[in-house]
Amino acid sequence: MKLYLLIPFLPLAAFLINILIGKEVMRDKAHWPSILAVLGSWIITVTSVLPQVVAGKVINEDLYTWILSGKFNASVGFLIDPLTAVMLFVVTTCATLIHIYAVGYMHGDTGYYRFFAYMSLFTFCMLMLVMGNNFLQLYFGWEGVGLCSYFLIGYYFNKKSAADAGKKAFIVNRFGDFGFGIGVFMIFLTFGTLHYVPVFANVGEIVGKTVNFLGWNVDLPTLIALLLFCGAVGKSAQIPLHVWLPDAMEGPTPVSALIHAATMVTAGVFLVARCNPIFNLSAVAMNVVAVIGALTMFFAATIAITQNDIKRIIAYSTCSHLGYMFLACGVGAYGAGIFHLYTHAFFKALLFLAAGSVIHSVHTNDIQEMGGLRKYMPITYAVFVIAGLSAGGFPGLSGFFSKDEIIWSAYASGSYVGKFVWILALAGAFFTPFYTFRLIFVTFHGKYRGGHEEHHGHGAYGATHGEHHIHESPKVMTVPLMFLAAGAIAAGWVGIPPLLGGGEYFAEFLKPVVGLPEFHATHAEEWGVMGLSTTLVFIGLGLSAFLYLRKTDLPEKIATSFSFIYKMLYRKYYVDEFYNFIIIRPTLWIADKILVGITDAKIIEGVVNGVPGGIGNFSQKLRKVQTGLSQHYGIIMAAGAVFIIALALLLR
Amino acid sequence: MVPLSWYMVLSMVVFSIGVFGFLSRRNIIIMFMSIELMLNAVNISLISFSYYIQDLRGQILAFFVIAVAASEAAIGLAIVIALFRNKATAHVDEIHEMKG
Repeated sequence: MKLYLLIPFLPLAAFLINILIGKEVMRDKAHWPSILAVLGSWIITVTSVLPQVVAGKVINEDLYTWILSGKFNASVGFLIDPLTAVMLFVVTTCATLIHIYAVGYMHGDTGYYRFFAYMSLFTFCMLMLVMGNNFLQLYFGWEGVGLCSYFLIGYYFNKKSAADAGKKAFIVNRFGDFGFGIGVFMIFLTFGTLHYVPVFANVGEIVGKTVNFLGWNVDLPTLIALLLFCGAVGKSAQIPLHVWLPDAMEGPTPVSALIHAATMVTAGVFLVARCNPIFNLSAVAMNVVAVIGALTMFFAATIAITQNDIKRIIAYSTCSHLGYMFLACGVGAYGAGIFHLYTHAFFKALLFLAAGSVIHSVHTNDIQEMGGLRKYMPITYAVFVIAGLSAGGFPGLSGFFSKDEIIWSAYASGSYVGKFVWILALAGAFFTPFYTFRLIFVTFHGKYRGGHEEHHGHGAYGATHGEHHIHESPKVMTVPLMFLAAGAIAAGWVGIPPLLGGGEYFAEFLKPVVGLPEFHATHAEEWGVMGLSTTLVFIGLGLSAFLYLRKTDLPEKIATSFSFIYKMLYRKYYVDEFYNFIIIRPTLWIADKILVGITDAKIIEGVVNGVPGGIGNFSQKLRKVQTGLSQHYGIIMAAGAVFIIALALLLR
Repeated sequence: MVPLSWYMVLSMVVFSIGVFGFLSRRNIIIMFMSIELMLNAVNISLISFSYYIQDLRGQILAFFVIAVAASEAAIGLAIVIALFRNKATAHVDEIHEMKG
């Protein structure tokens, strides 16, 4: 019995149930099929798949021939190796907890069944993505999760900003997926197959080959790797295609947690790790991956400092952590990247869900309107702090081990690019706890600043009235939070480096797929690097506490005295404005002036209106022939008969 | 024996009268009668040819024409009566509802 097949297809069944009979039959019970399905997937993953993979078994089989055309043979097949197993564990665990949380968060929403239908569809696509044994199935899942992301960002579709954000995410991803698609074509052209195993087995053949691409002769491995990375950049919101992720926060918070933090956006990292044999062949591509990851990590972290939307801050944090993962992949430490993916899924999903719990009770996203929530929401506060510490890399928690391994890998890779990204990674190590704890301090400490609208004319009574409504979220929301908090604390313990007495089981587990990077450094240096990054974490934490707990008026002063930098960060380096200027405006101009003005109005409308117009004019003239007088018809008939007879006689 | 050409001339004359009557008269009953003339002119030529070449098929066809003419007259007169009841006229110039 191929039990593992149920892992993706249970959520698909839940999707079908909810989309077909959700509106009429399931209604407020729509969460049952979805939760049971994803829980079933989790149970199968944990009880059946993981033990098999840990025991060293790799499942790779084709289930069904999907497309057979000449040499081209694409199948629906599944590959379960350690990398897939990690992804399966991450996806099913997070999805299960987030589905349960969503029962409380989405309670009473009119689109309840629709929400769970899309969540199940997303889970199915994501699982197909990670389980596929060929590039086409990867692409199928890739586009499927993008589609579900679009559905769920635009879930509140009668809100214009949400609908726009959905479109933005979809269109920005098109740019990346275009490159990814060409990358898959190139792989087929080069290897004649899309299955991972033969492609990676023959990858050595392409070393040093060049190919003519757009008129240039380029190195084949570099080209393929960079094209694949294009897709990863789009999906994982890296510079320059990072603009969609913060806007994607228009979706419901469980969506942000599941899709835009824990699973979908990490698909890019999964792709790079999966294709590591190709990336390893090209130093250029590796450096591009590392540098783009590092730059994204740094820029997103700095932007996060100035934002005020609770979810956007976490979204930039996600961008930044994804940058860490790419940085790790770029220096060859794929294991460290996937390790960070795995720990990040827990603490970032927790951050989002805790933020959702806050939003659920205060009904605003602006942290400047919160404050002092600690005493009303003790559980949320506690898990938020755990998640923040883990994200910030506080020693002993999950995030610390994975982040430390990345920073260490960057340092120890020994190249100049490695050193460059190491410096940025250290800066990130400082910024991450800083902005995370700025968020926590502003939200949970100090005085409650919300409810201003309500106490219009009511004096102090209004304020207390507004504050009175704040309450801890229901159990169905807080219990998943606690489970995730346990993950945020302990998930990283499987990858404790030998230096701290751990076994580094995680890297060993992944070694058959991604190998181990070569380190050119000593133990003393490892201690030094770890000490340095940990010190920076504490400085970031302390500075944040100093600015937002002690001298709460100081941040504003800094903002005004460095208003240029503040403005630039607040406006996110003007990237949106830049894209608006170079892409959106010209596109709209072309659409308006050329496509609508000329193509549509002149050419298409001209043909569409001209042909019937001509026929109409001709008919207007022709109808005069019909006089209604039978004698006229008779004369025409007689004349016609005479004419034809005369013709017949003459032509004989 | 009367030569065939005489019958032909007769048939042609009757047909021409029918055509002329159909085109020149305005009374719908007269037009009907003109149509009958044309049909009968055709019958004359059919039967004369039939006799001349000793082939019965021409006469059979003439019977068909008579049957068709009879039913045509029946339906046509019914239409004329219905028309007259509605328009109180049998003058085709005054009936031009089908003008385009």
